[in-house]
Amino acid sequence: MGATFSEKVLARNADRAQVQPGEVLDITPDVVLSHDNSAAIARLFRQLPQASVRFPERLAITLDHAVPPPTPQHAQNHADIRRFVAEQGIPHFFEMGRGICHQVHCEEGVVGPGMILLGADSHSPHCGWLGAFGAGVGRSEIAALWATGELWLRVPETLRITLSGRLAPGVMSKDLALQLIARLGADGANYMAVEFDGPGVATLSPDMRAALANMMAEMGAKNAFIAPDEVTWRWLETQLRRNRAHDWQERLSFFRERALMPDQDAPCARQLDVALDGIEAIVACPHRVDNAQPVSALAGTRVDLAFIGTCTNGRLEDLAAAAEVVRGRRLRARLLVIPASSQVLADALDAGHLADLIEAGASIGTPGCGPCMGVHAGVLAPGEVCISSANRNFRGRMGQRDAEIYLANPAVVAASAVAGEIVHPAHLLAEA
Amino acid sequence: MRSRHRVWAYSDHVNTDVIFPGKYTYSVQHDSAALARHALEDLDPDFARAVQPGDVIVAGRNWGNGSSREQAVTCLLACGLYAVIAESFARIYFRNAINNGLLALTCPGVSALAQNGSELSLDLDAGELELAGETLRFAPLPPSVRHIVAAGGLIASLRAARRC
Ligand code: SF4
Repeated sequence: MGATFSEKVLARNADRAQVQPGEVLDITPDVVLSHDNSAAIARLFRQLPQASVRFPERLAITLDHAVPPPTPQHAQNHADIRRFVAEQGIPHFFEMGRGICHQVHCEEGVVGPGMILLGADSHSPHCGWLGAFGAGVGRSEIAALWATGELWLRVPETLRITLSGRLAPGVMSKDLALQLIARLGADGANYMAVEFDGPGVATLSPDMRAALANMMAEMGAKNAFIAPDEVTWRWLETQLRRNRAHDWQERLSFFRERALMPDQDAPCARQLDVALDGIEAIVACPHRVDNAQPVSALAGTRVDLAFIGTCTNGRLEDLAAAAEVVRGRRLRARLLVIPASSQVLADALDAGHLADLIEAGASIGTPGCGPCMGVHAGVLAPGEVCISSANRNFRGRMGQRDAEIYLANPAVVAASAVAGEIVHPAHLLAEA
Repeated sequence: MRSRHRVWAYSDHVNTDVIFPGKYTYSVQHDSAALARHALEDLDPDFARAVQPGDVIVAGRNWGNGSSREQAVTCLLACGLYAVIAESFARIYFRNAINNGLLALTCPGVSALAQNGSELSLDLDAGELELAGETLRFAPLPPSVRHIVAAGGLIASLRAARRC
């Protein structure tokens, strides 16, 4: 009987020939992710008798959630983390400004096909776009992982989503994700692996795939998976040559050996077929990600702040889509753009996207999470309305209980910044 | 053994941002009084003011969806909350609850019976609860998981077992 990717990768890790959904396995992940929460995790870790991290080379720590630090308290938090990293000799440490952990790990080849990542962050399924297994856990579990290197995991049931066709121009994978979440609900894939396949996958660019896997967290998914194909391998090679000149070939061969593909005939708990051609640009309305409406239904909704960034939609294609919309126009709402990484920032600068955005009146922030979780750098005032390319529109998410957050693809966000109200980009282009 | 608890009733899909706002994630981490003060801040401002040790939350589907922040569990423990009983839990929240020693019980049908202030009685060994005159059964937690809760969480249980 065939097996899904998730079953295969967990079985291999646990040294088992095959496993069934529902079984509990002791898993030794290849990568253990944490970020600004690492100081709090270190505090838990110190309560354990073991003085040093069992596998320091497996840890990956990124300062991204509150960068640069907005208060002395946040600065102290970062200082504590740097001390811990030095004490424990942790090689994968990314300083503030390098970018958001999920993006940085992919760019740096920390995670890749066939690897298992467990992270103290709910968007850890992100790396599934590269054919990895990524799942979120809590701080205590990460502390336990630092000490012992292993953690129990339940083998998930699988939701297989078979994609056909191609997205229409102006429609992005964000729309596909929002559509899936609206259809299946905010717990539609709770505890499940979401594995994408079908001929539609090949039409999705790397940036589109990353956003798709990332958003599966909003459906409750344990992990997401897209099988590595030529698009993936090309992207990986480019990234490794760029960021790991010293060992890029070695790392690429390692990924090739590790890559695992699901069996075509693997049974799954649920199968869904989705035609990409049928997807349109949609918006998730306050205060739930599964509360979606077509853009046209929201036309005229006032916008105070438009935010483009986050691990969901802060990559080069996202900035390019926004730049195209605002080029040569003036903004009626504030537009805040925060690239997902320093690499995205540099590339957007090279490509002229930042110039377009800045000329239109956008402000540009330090690569990192920005105001996504309401800590700093663009939080909302009471009564304000934000349209954002992020993944969550929960009440209070951007720091203010009495504010409203709409979620959309970056082109819709940019068009809404131009109009000062929610609008479809096609509407602006038609006016010009 | 039966225990008696006062109920705080909430609906479906309550997320971790309204349980413990993200803006405090790196400033309120360990101080129990501060954690308790912000519990459910963006969901129900009355909760932090009036919750009593031993109270329970009864909720709908997908309690705790969203962020992996453990304060969404520890802020409730800091209030002395005894358990969250829900139709279902988001997966990371469930793990965090167990790993911090908060009882998280999945009990289909419970939310329709719950009202703020109702009295609920709970029999963990029998896997039974009584609410609004009805008796509901819930699947007891597996022994290994109950062991973690009883030890006060994952870190405490690892220390006790000296597994590392
Ligand atoms: S960008 Fe937002 S969702 Fe992504 S890791 Fe940062 S805070 Fe979390």
